[in-house]
Amino acid sequence: MRDIAVVSVAQHQEKALTHTTEVELMVPIINEARGAVGLTQDDIGFTCSGSSDFLAGQAFSFVHTLDAVGAVPPISESHVEMDGAWALYEAWVKLQIGGVDTALVYSYGKSSPGSLRDVLSTQLDPYYLGPLWPDAFSMAALQARIMLESGAVSEQRLAEIAVRSLNGAAGNPLAVRSSAEATVESVLAEAPIADPLRPSDCAASADGGVAVVLAAGDRARELCERPAWIKGIDHRIDPHQPGVRDLTRAPSAEMAAAQAGASADRLDAAELAAPFTTQEHILELELGLGNGTAVNTSGGALAGHTMMAAGLMRIADAARQIHDEQADRVLGHAASGLYLQQNLVCVMEGE
Amino acid sequence: MAERLRADLVLEYPFTRTTGPVIGAFLTGLREGIILGIRRPDGTVLCPPTEYDPESSEPLTDLVEVGPGGELLSWTWVDPPRSQSPWDQPHGLGLIRLDGADTPMVHGLLVDGPEGLSVGMRVTARWRPEREGHIADLKGFVPEGADQ
Repeated sequence: MRDIAVVSVAQHQEKALTHTTEVELMVPIINEARGAVGLTQDDIGFTCSGSSDFLAGQAFSFVHTLDAVGAVPPISESHVEMDGAWALYEAWVKLQIGGVDTALVYSYGKSSPGSLRDVLSTQLDPYYLGPLWPDAFSMAALQARIMLESGAVSEQRLAEIAVRSLNGAAGNPLAVRSSAEATVESVLAEAPIADPLRPSDCAASADGGVAVVLAAGDRARELCERPAWIKGIDHRIDPHQPGVRDLTRAPSAEMAAAQAGASADRLDAAELAAPFTTQEHILELELGLGNGTAVNTSGGALAGHTMMAAGLMRIADAARQIHDEQADRVLGHAASGLYLQQNLVCVMEGE
Repeated sequence: MAERLRADLVLEYPFTRTTGPVIGAFLTGLREGIILGIRRPDGTVLCPPTEYDPESSEPLTDLVEVGPGGELLSWTWVDPPRSQSPWDQPHGLGLIRLDGADTPMVHGLLVDGPEGLSVGMRVTARWRPEREGHIADLKGFVPEGADQ
């Protein structure tokens, strides 16, 4: 296996990018990520992006966004209709194969033109679930009640997770929901938005984008003082139908973490892309995160959920802690689908 | 100046999909007013039925009738109703394990308010009079014994 590292990250996120196109959004982010390590597109061996044509409302919309990369002269390029974390996985595989030493990975999403809570109904199976248009908050509420009734989690614990996000996000200028003053009492006093879930249990929707530069071996050491070396990366999936799953668990998250070697050593920090407090709780257990691990110091996806980018943003936030020498070993997580159906785990270390 | 050429553009999705022997049978059952599950090799019954076993991926073929009564395993309250859903009034959404099935299905709960819902309560299916082989042929579920 080649040693591959995240050498540069850049991102932007806000509540609604009403007057900004995806290309306008991504030009400065991609320039920042490449520029920070002194690269232009000519120096990039492979480019891979993650986004949703469905969300953009236009087939092959991702081709337009290549204008933000610069695709002339022709570049080696690919796209996944998934969170950018899976684009990073593809780029990691490409670098493992060899022939290229650098890769640009980016992803973005703008859900503000619609109601993401309802749009997410269209990710459900088209016969049994989709035609009922059960919104994402209501579906999450069914899981939450099962977790609360079975004792898998308490309302107090969910509120603690919400407060951790709100307080952590207060120090993150890219978070769209934060509060340094929030307490368990203030969260528990919120009226339910989808009984038993309260507003602070549900991720705040955001628009945004993120770009990451990967490099292999000595090239990474040339470009970055302290590369975030990818020591393990894996993604797994569970069945789709809610009835056939234990809704208090996410076995695919546990399996991805095991394959990525998450528990091989102490983790200083973890960034989780859970769209609900209930699911953040499940992830902490499935990933085996202990007291020594700082979870979601950025506020995590709860503080700003950019569809298609929330996972790659978590990997970027985790990698930055290696670059800044705040941590030596970190975990970035991405999720997709109903009830954390699909999970990706990326473990990174500094030298 | 040359005449401007015109052509009509019809946006369409000119494909049909077959729902197959399992989902198709389930939807046909709904049209007939019955609910079908499917038996796994271990004897347990999945409802709604899938074409394959979720753990072993083995094909499943043994359809069995389940319900129309069942137990409510979880619920939430949807108010206002979502604009594209089959419901135009505030309603419950639940996970309902039908009698004879071992897994729950998602559907609407037709009661006046959330105080009418509790985990473990007995519910039963309500049908639309005109049915076309669609999940919304089931109007939803009501408390067992309700006159609705």
